[in-house]
Amino acid sequence: MKLNKLVFPLVLALAAVMTTTACKHTSPSKVTVIPTHNAPTPMGDPIQPIPPTPPITPEAPPIVTDKPLGPGGGPTSDIDLTKYNQDPAALAAYTVHFKYDSAIVQDNEQANITSVAQALADQSLRLLIQGHCDERGTEEYNRSLGERRALALREALAKANIDPSHVKTISFGKDKPVDTAHTEEAWAKNRRGEFVLLRPKTPVQ
Amino acid sequence: MPHYLHAAPSTEIGPIHGEKDYFGEKPIPICVEGFSGEAGEVLKFDLYVQGFSIVTPDLAQFQLSGNNAGNVTGALTDKFARKALFSRTYTGASLRQQAHALADEVVHQVRNLKPIGNTKIAFKSQSASGNGEIYISDFDGYGAQPVTSDAAIVAKPAWVPGHLAMYYTSYARSNPDIYYHNLSTGQRRVIAGYSGLNTSAAVSPDGSRVAMILSKSGSPNVWVCNADGSNLKRLTTSTEDSSPCWSPDGQWICYATKFHERRRLAKIPAGGGAVQYLETTGAPNPTEPDWSPDGKWIAFTSQAGDFSVCVMPADGHFTPVVLVSGQNPSWSPNSRTLVYNHGPAGRQTVAVLDVFTKQTRDCHHAPGSNSEPAWTK
Repeated sequence: MKLNKLVFPLVLALAAVMTTTACKHTSPSKVTVIPTHNAPTPMGDPIQPIPPTPPITPEAPPIVTDKPLGPGGGPTSDIDLTKYNQDPAALAAYTVHFKYDSAIVQDNEQANITSVAQALADQSLRLLIQGHCDERGTEEYNRSLGERRALALREALAKANIDPSHVKTISFGKDKPVDTAHTEEAWAKNRRGEFVLLRPKTPVQ
Repeated sequence: MPHYLHAAPSTEIGPIHGEKDYFGEKPIPICVEGFSGEAGEVLKFDLYVQGFSIVTPDLAQFQLSGNNAGNVTGALTDKFARKALFSRTYTGASLRQQAHALADEVVHQVRNLKPIGNTKIAFKSQSASGNGEIYISDFDGYGAQPVTSDAAIVAKPAWVPGHLAMYYTSYARSNPDIYYHNLSTGQRRVIAGYSGLNTSAAVSPDGSRVAMILSKSGSPNVWVCNADGSNLKRLTTSTEDSSPCWSPDGQWICYATKFHERRRLAKIPAGGGAVQYLETTGAPNPTEPDWSPDGKWIAFTSQAGDFSVCVMPADGHFTPVVLVSGQNPSWSPNSRTLVYNHGPAGRQTVAVLDVFTKQTRDCHHAPGSNSEPAWTK
């Protein structure tokens, strides 16, 4: 019908106004018709421009301003890894394993501690202990637990007369498992401290 | 001598009564009509995670009608009171942002909450190698983009309240270091790079200080420094501390620790002082606390086999409520919706949860395993 072309926009406008009856439900006769957005309303300015969000530049790579490592005034040692070559194979046989949710070095690991201490007889060598966890703690709890495991091993080595300032610790939390299976066997393998021998780099002549 | 928290007066809005006054709330039924596509999805998502249920008109207490032809426009009616509440049209920005703003207005009218529609989250994305990047996105996961390009282990992003800046842990220099990163300029620098562990940064509500876990003293402890890393002070002397968070009045730091052979939450005055231990009966091995912006609640992860997101009253007035399977809760500004992660190990998804109705929805997923979300405040 010809009239539709004129009537249709009007119908739309009415529909926008009569929104209380837009649902398929008979509305009570005393419902207030909601004003269109062109009409003044006591409920404030109906046009709501959204403020632009501040610009983010994720494509620009972060600019790292190197802040020197802290004074390390406490017992953690200040070994500069860039001055050493890392040898993870040398002491791989002596990886120490831990009980669930524990950083206590078990008695049956003493042989491993002794072997690592003997490998450090050469006073030019240093040691990096990497502490790891199984997947069953939260990430940050495990990051702390992994560090506690590494520190416990350093303490065990100190009892074997290794200078603690020659031993650096790092925690990998649960981020670097050796076995990703979700089994007790895998978890037992992942709860560990690994020893990385640090050999000083030959100074450039 | 530590003492246990018993119904200490809350410094916030009012006393908390019983658990049933808050939890097990029935969602508010609303019908949402006339919206299509993304706008409709945004409205329904935002309302659901703020404690509304989307129903047919005959069951609705409120009615949101409108359309998104061009701009998002909507009108809200209280059907029970037979009252028109507002009629709004939104212009500018994107369709999603307009729809978020409309949802905010509905929630403001009905629940009088702080708006969350156009807020952001940060989280970590991790690949199978263990390396990953820090991402930011809309709170529903849309528009996710990396803010780092470290290809290293990253962890625990923490926003500076009210600013487009954050702290996080990255192993970019082969050590867990805490960075401050200004997202507007793209500049960042290490503010804690001591030997050993530097992680779990938490920013004070006024942005002036940062709490963190450092092991430089020989055990992981809570330390506090200025926002730029200066004036560093050790706060705790126990040996198994993790995950500090601030009370919204900046007076307390709550963290996870061990006491008398049991893993606990504790709180300590932010300037130092006596530790108080929190009881989390029914929610063992509590970690990752986060204090709600209104001061009333502490959300945390409980670990008893599986992980559970739990919420307890900050004043200890009743025992924790176990909500959903998941970890790492972070409160939104409205103090009832929080973000967390859940899923199979190594394949985590970030999700949002309405604490009082337990309604939860997964956020849009970024590549990798998504975890450790932090909501802007």
